[in-house]
Amino acid sequence: MGNPNRVKAESGIMRWVDDRFPATQMWQDHLSKYYAPKNFNFWYFFGSLAMLLLVNQILTGVWLTMSYNPSGEGAFASVEYIMRDVEYGWLIRYMHSTGASAFFVVIYLHMFRALLYGSYKAPRELVWIFGMAIYLLLMAEAFMGYLLPWGQMSYWGAQVIISLFATIPFIGPDLAQWIRGDFLISGITLNRFFALHVVALPIVILALVVLHIIALHEVGSNNPDGIDIKEKKDESGKPLDGIPFHPYYTVKDIFGVAVFLFVFAMVIFYFPEGGGYFLERPNFEPANPMVTPDHIAPVWYFTPFYAILRAITFDIGPLQAEFLGVVFMGGAIAVLFVLPWLDRSPVRSMRYKGWMSKVALLLFAISFVILGILGAIPATPIRTAVAQLCTVLYFAFFLLMPLYTKLEKSKPVPERVTG
Amino acid sequence: MKKQLFALLFALVPFTAMAAPLPEQPFSMTPDINDQASLQRGMQLYVNYCMSCHALEHQRFSRAATDLGMPQDLVEENLIFSSDLAFNDQMHIAMQPGDSENWFGVAPPDLTLFNRVKGPDYIYSYLLGFYRDPDQLLGVNNIVLEAPAMPNVLEPLQGVQEMVCAETDRPIEGAELDPLTGKYQSCEVLQITRPGAMEPDEFEEAVYDLTNFLVYVGEPSRLHAQTLGPKVLIFLFIFGVLAYLLKREYWRDIH
Repeated sequence: MGNPNRVKAESGIMRWVDDRFPATQMWQDHLSKYYAPKNFNFWYFFGSLAMLLLVNQILTGVWLTMSYNPSGEGAFASVEYIMRDVEYGWLIRYMHSTGASAFFVVIYLHMFRALLYGSYKAPRELVWIFGMAIYLLLMAEAFMGYLLPWGQMSYWGAQVIISLFATIPFIGPDLAQWIRGDFLISGITLNRFFALHVVALPIVILALVVLHIIALHEVGSNNPDGIDIKEKKDESGKPLDGIPFHPYYTVKDIFGVAVFLFVFAMVIFYFPEGGGYFLERPNFEPANPMVTPDHIAPVWYFTPFYAILRAITFDIGPLQAEFLGVVFMGGAIAVLFVLPWLDRSPVRSMRYKGWMSKVALLLFAISFVILGILGAIPATPIRTAVAQLCTVLYFAFFLLMPLYTKLEKSKPVPERVTG
Repeated sequence: MKKQLFALLFALVPFTAMAAPLPEQPFSMTPDINDQASLQRGMQLYVNYCMSCHALEHQRFSRAATDLGMPQDLVEENLIFSSDLAFNDQMHIAMQPGDSENWFGVAPPDLTLFNRVKGPDYIYSYLLGFYRDPDQLLGVNNIVLEAPAMPNVLEPLQGVQEMVCAETDRPIEGAELDPLTGKYQSCEVLQITRPGAMEPDEFEEAVYDLTNFLVYVGEPSRLHAQTLGPKVLIFLFIFGVLAYLLKREYWRDIH
């Protein structure tokens, strides 16, 4: 019965299932006989942690939806209702709000791992592109979710971001109005953001996560040495440097989860505002279209891109600075998608690349962090100059990559993983 | 493995240690939401002096009673003045926003989440920082909020405070330090020129209690978090140790 090419259980209930659904086959393909390199290090915890946080966001989100009121009149009060009158509502809400920030911490570290060990390079281009699509949608998801508490920073943050679309020549103002569904941000905007935040985007993100993992398991995981473990196999066809994902990496990741949750719980129970970065202070005031806050700053995970936006202070020809800022900000994310084709190095891992790649990655990481800090604080002429320098470094990392990865001399790559 | 553990901790901890700077205030206080007596006195002051104008729209009397350890009958007798309000109600006010806007220029804000916006030092400094100023509409000014739309309702307790030229022990911005006396000479010194019902120390304590109460009101779940937090962290620690031992056992044969 069923597909004879599948691996099946000998007998019993599993056999019944396997004749109708490839359960044993999938279990083997993705866990018990998925061979992962044995030399995963610290950087490899963040993939499973991202998955954990996705589940956290979905579960806490579902429970928040049960008591949240997506209307201009009721949204703010319903969040306080959750915080005070719903049993453990405060815990669920803080798990969701802290989870959003933790998600980005984990995703940024996960992406940095890919830069460090060349996990985006052939044959993993699609793994990288699916991942980048997840990142992009995650930013949209977070942005829309931030409007829902309907606080001052929710309102004015959304105001700033939506008005970015208005800078696009010709269609801009109409486009911004189409996004808002109103002349100003209003309950109508809140309602559509709610629909997108809780239904549309999570479905697409989940689908992309499935694609990300299928693509990864098709080509196999990269490793800190950036070498292909499938090239050295034993008589039975198992990679010599590979170990089954389950149980080896499942138990290891469970330990990573425990350490992560310890830190996560510390934030939830003792610093849920994250020092004003996870929950910004002005957001404890209800949205007021008549009063603009002194200083509008996006949540920390958007600040590097916000700093790039603000760094563009000059017109070029007929193009206005505001529009160019949007172009650069969009470009900063778009350029990540083509990264696999910018890297011409014969090796994957930073361990065997030349000094130019190492310096470039270091400068890139530093400028990203500096941009993140600058995006969170008010601009001054000096800070804008620093942001401009960092923007140049940010783009130089990508645009000069074809040159420096080709020019530099890489080190010989070992035959087997080095642990 | 140890190295990895520390690296993970260090990767995640900076985000908890960062603090968005709240502007520094002239006076500072350290809230203690476990001091029930202080919170009870603070609530008493609040309902007597603040609640005519400032609602606590999200705070229920009953929740405060539970959290601050007050029996229902005492709360009903001493803290609920309006016949429209019941024990389980939120701390609403009768004043209509339209009326108050006509009278004061702005409607007095709801203060449930005020501490989470401004921080305790601001509230504490604001309440201590009123001084007589005949140029102002309501006859008073404030050291942290220029031209307040609110009268100094605590003046009967505090006494009349004025800003005078004097020597003071407290460092004041822009004031010169006299190296001989170790005091500062400034014309921005707050001084009680006519005593109120309370001694200055007593009044500072009352304002502390009131501020403390508003800190509690901003986030009543903090009390719950304080009791639940350690249990969760201990559980996660033990879970982490067991997870590590399990991992080590499985990985024994991987070289």
